[in-house]
Amino acid sequence: MANEILEEHINKDYEWGFTTNIEADEAPKGLNEDIIKFISAKKNEPEWMLEFRLKAFRNWKNMVEPEWAHVSYTKPNFQDIIYYSAPKPKKELASLDEVDPELLKTFEKLGISLEEQKRLSGVQSNIAVDIVFDSVSVKTTFKETLAEKGIIFCSFSEAVQDHPELVKKYMGMAVPPTDNFYAALNSAVFTDGSFCYIPKGVRSPMELSTYFRINASGTGQFERTMIIADEDSYVSYLEGCTAPQRDENQLHAAVVEIITHKNAEVKYSTVQNWYPGDKDGKGGIFNFVTKRGICLEDNSKISWTQVETGSAVTWKYPSVILKGNNSVGEFYSVAVTNNYQQADTGTKMIHIGKNTRSTIISKGISAGFSNNSYRGLVQIKKGASNARNFSQCDSLLMGDKCGAHTFPYIEIKDKSAVVEHEATTSKIGEDQLFYCKQRGIDNEKAIGLIVNGYCKEVLNKLPMEFAVEAQKLLAISLEGSVG
Amino acid sequence: MINIKNLHASIGDKEILRGINLEVKAGEVHAIMGPNGSGKSTLSSVLAGREDYDVTEGEVIFNGKNLLDLPAEDRAREGLFLAFQYPIEIPGVSNINFLRTALNEIRAYQGQEEMAAKDFLALVKEKSKLVELDAKLASRSVNEGFSGGEKKRNEIFQMAMLNPKLAILDETDSGLDIDALRIVATGVNKLKSKDNATIVITHYQRLLDYIVPDFVHILYNGRIVKSGGKELALEMEAKGYDEIKSQFDSLES
Repeated sequence: MANEILEEHINKDYEWGFTTNIEADEAPKGLNEDIIKFISAKKNEPEWMLEFRLKAFRNWKNMVEPEWAHVSYTKPNFQDIIYYSAPKPKKELASLDEVDPELLKTFEKLGISLEEQKRLSGVQSNIAVDIVFDSVSVKTTFKETLAEKGIIFCSFSEAVQDHPELVKKYMGMAVPPTDNFYAALNSAVFTDGSFCYIPKGVRSPMELSTYFRINASGTGQFERTMIIADEDSYVSYLEGCTAPQRDENQLHAAVVEIITHKNAEVKYSTVQNWYPGDKDGKGGIFNFVTKRGICLEDNSKISWTQVETGSAVTWKYPSVILKGNNSVGEFYSVAVTNNYQQADTGTKMIHIGKNTRSTIISKGISAGFSNNSYRGLVQIKKGASNARNFSQCDSLLMGDKCGAHTFPYIEIKDKSAVVEHEATTSKIGEDQLFYCKQRGIDNEKAIGLIVNGYCKEVLNKLPMEFAVEAQKLLAISLEGSVG
Repeated sequence: MINIKNLHASIGDKEILRGINLEVKAGEVHAIMGPNGSGKSTLSSVLAGREDYDVTEGEVIFNGKNLLDLPAEDRAREGLFLAFQYPIEIPGVSNINFLRTALNEIRAYQGQEEMAAKDFLALVKEKSKLVELDAKLASRSVNEGFSGGEKKRNEIFQMAMLNPKLAILDETDSGLDIDALRIVATGVNKLKSKDNATIVITHYQRLLDYIVPDFVHILYNGRIVKSGGKELALEMEAKGYDEIKSQFDSLES
């Protein structure tokens, strides 16, 4: 019985595994200064940007791929990756009608109807979407509506052209190009991403959203996202991602930087659903991502919420540097691993300012033969008086062949700090499932009920529509995984 | 209502039920008593569809359907309810959400629409009074941190909410003090109708002072060895099971 259920789940296809036949404009495989110059030239970048890239590349060459994470995989051959792939023809798109119909079909399949988004324009509850297809941003919706408020929401490439002073000022502030191996790689070869600037005193009237899609084979995706919230501003930002089903591993090494000024708040939510590989662990995305925010000034707040169900290997620690006094950092995470997926994910909360507060709620769910690790650092620097942190790291096991691990690091250099850490490990048992069945609730529903109950604190933090999507995704990711 | 014919069940190589015959009609209350290890809980588990047991022989007809062919969830949806001896905790899932899901799954199976939230809450209010269940328990996680008595009352509360045709109470009296016992029994009695039936599995006669059975069956060594009216329970209480044991042990050897 248990095996049947497992079988059923395993045979469940990754729904987003299709590819789109779009002619692509690609760089030759491999990585060297010429390729970087090629990318920079393709994007018609100013000299300083090329310099930024080359500097990062020279640094990267001397760096070693990190091995401390609790994951094992065959390291990617960085000379065997295509670093630039753009759907052709790449020209300025004036309206949706000019977008390649194949591309539009893809996004419809993914459940994002641009047409619908357009039709609904002007309605308050709307979401503005930027779509990044392989290496380039193909369309940003609602740009004009947002511009009326002074909000800049565009692709990163456009920002480099149209707002170079902002990009130059903030780029690398939260994630310096020398930060780590993958961040350095990204800084050298990043192709596109989203850029968002919320001016003083503005609350974004809609949620901003970027949808990332890897399509072309043999490519890596290296996008760069930057969100700057000026004084007294607020924005809620959503990120979604999928990739086709391929036998090879594809690398996704993104960088996200968030900067908040005085009294500003950024809420960043991710539902990550990159292709996780097949039941034997073949294929899938390597998701090696650096996400960090700086609460640069007083009373600002950065909140990360992530629901991670995809990727073969995840290496990701969305962090907050609490520099301003009274600033607040939050991290809410649900990470699900099934089959042979591996995740090493968590956060870093660096307390520098006085009266800074951070909250970490991490919910790991492991099923199949997977390994799920929480790794988190809470650092209270000297002088960060009255800093507070509360961490809760829970693990839920399904079956007896998976692993859950917790690696909390706490470094306190100020005596006034109050740091709390709680951790639990539990298991969905046959007894619980039988109890549910005896009340008329079948296995699938019961698992959904238990898992959603377990993740409630995190799912509650997601914007409404995203929460519904996340719940469905959790159910699909774990279907039949109790044996 | 339910007709159990020559039911044999084993766990691993060990045969535990060795030919149970029992018919329960609508409107009846049957008590099943017996010493430890006689197969009482196995019987309730097999009827509810726990997969740890293999049914090796016999059949069970429930509402005209072959019960043993149905998965556990469909047995519940057909109207079979088991009040667990040891109710299970489900952290993070509120009692209310759990019951609402259960109720709507059962309704869907029976071709009924989902119950409106307003009606559901009214039902919760009405039924929780029946077992004097604190309203706060309804919003807490299923059985998590409940006292023994609260867990048992919660089982009867769930029974009241789901309105089963046949309820099997598996040692519902164990671990209850006299007040809780009275509350639980009162709840069960109030739920009794001419259309439903109850099987009370118990070790002691005590519960039967409150839930008065129409029939009492003595289970020993996997078989019903003696049946009678409610006086049989009193007789067992007075004499103990030793006489039965020696009588049937000698028959077997």
